[in-house]
Amino acid sequence: MTVSIQLEVNGKPVQAAVEPRRLLVHFLREDLGLTGANIGCETSLCGACTVLVDGDAVKSCTMLAAQADGASVTTIEGLAQNGDLHPLQEGFWEKHGLQCGYCTPGMILSANYLLAQNPSPSDEEIREGLKGNICRCTGYHNIVEAVKYAAERMS
Amino acid sequence: MYPAQFDYRRAGSVDEALGLLQENEDAKLMAGGHSLIPMMKLRLAQPPVVIDIGRLDELRGISEAGGSVRVGSLTTHADIAASDVLAAHCPVLAEAAGHIGDAQVRNRGTIGGNIAHADPGSDIPPVLVLLGASVHLQSPSGTRSVAAGDFFQDLLMTDVGEDEILTHVDVPALGAGTGSAYLKFEHPASGYAVVGAAASVTVQDGRCTAAGLVVGGVGAVPTAVDVSSLVGTDLSDDAIAAAASGLDTEDPIGDIFASGDYRVHVGKVYGKRALAAARDRA
Repeated sequence: MTVSIQLEVNGKPVQAAVEPRRLLVHFLREDLGLTGANIGCETSLCGACTVLVDGDAVKSCTMLAAQADGASVTTIEGLAQNGDLHPLQEGFWEKHGLQCGYCTPGMILSANYLLAQNPSPSDEEIREGLKGNICRCTGYHNIVEAVKYAAERMS
Repeated sequence: MYPAQFDYRRAGSVDEALGLLQENEDAKLMAGGHSLIPMMKLRLAQPPVVIDIGRLDELRGISEAGGSVRVGSLTTHADIAASDVLAAHCPVLAEAAGHIGDAQVRNRGTIGGNIAHADPGSDIPPVLVLLGASVHLQSPSGTRSVAAGDFFQDLLMTDVGEDEILTHVDVPALGAGTGSAYLKFEHPASGYAVVGAAASVTVQDGRCTAAGLVVGGVGAVPTAVDVSSLVGTDLSDDAIAAAASGLDTEDPIGDIFASGDYRVHVGKVYGKRALAAARDRA
């Protein structure tokens, strides 16, 4: 069977018929070509697949596309506006918040959710807010700096 | 990694969901999916039909009435952790919910799905047993409630019948003079509790009048510890340590990360710390 879904992805309406078992991350990557959400652990631990669903950070490997019917989804591709990087993207650039970049889209969307809840988080609150996102290159110091950079720019 | 094929049905009401459960043998209910989808991806669960109850707003929300707090089964861990009502009346439940997984998991996972899954490393079950919560279930033949202490039957097994939906839990409000705490020794990778200790103590005129301690992660179901020896004491560190050392279970669970004996040991340590934290908040 297939399920008809209608949702908004990065501000654009999307209509599709999906298999019930289609995971949101596969729908975004393979059906819509939005490959920013990465597939890492596939067990809802690493956070590389994090996207925003109706403003909430969620792990798109642990959500059916059918569950996103009617929702508004934001991926990393939807953050830059008119070619201008989002302050978080700029922060990761300026503060060297990445090496390989695999975790970065998830990090940025989790940080985006965190800043929406708490516009000026402490270092500890940033680390707690990004607990569900794992970086295996180097560590978190510059990631925390990048989020603080963005928090200042957005305030 | 994706689940085996299944048919998807979305329920528009509790009654419709109950009807779909009756029509579809071996169907599974899905709320946030944060227990069921991982099980399905690992093919540990292969339900032929999934009934999505995630949009039943009637099952969502937190309200207080008559000395009891009602938490709808679809309420997310994020909403529980941030609830002013729970902070005022049952802070230990909000505290435990804030320890679950991470922000993304708390945004999707629900209390109903959590306790219906009944993972021994879950943070919520020991708290519900500690507080004497009741779990409410609905079937085509009516509703019933079961005490949290009887709800959890074995590893991943609960009292929910095949034709039933878990609608809400009722949690008695903690009275004045009662402090409570949840302390967790967290698995560094999975985020589940290796051991989680939920404690409450009531103090009047410097003397303990009631105390409770329930430890998760040690047995297949939450393990209640008899800490009645604390009643009448001034809750000294020594008295608390002696009471927490009563943690015992016939058949502790163990895995490659933590043996059964180790879990019991850590349970006593965290039980002691949780009781002391509850005392300091009373």
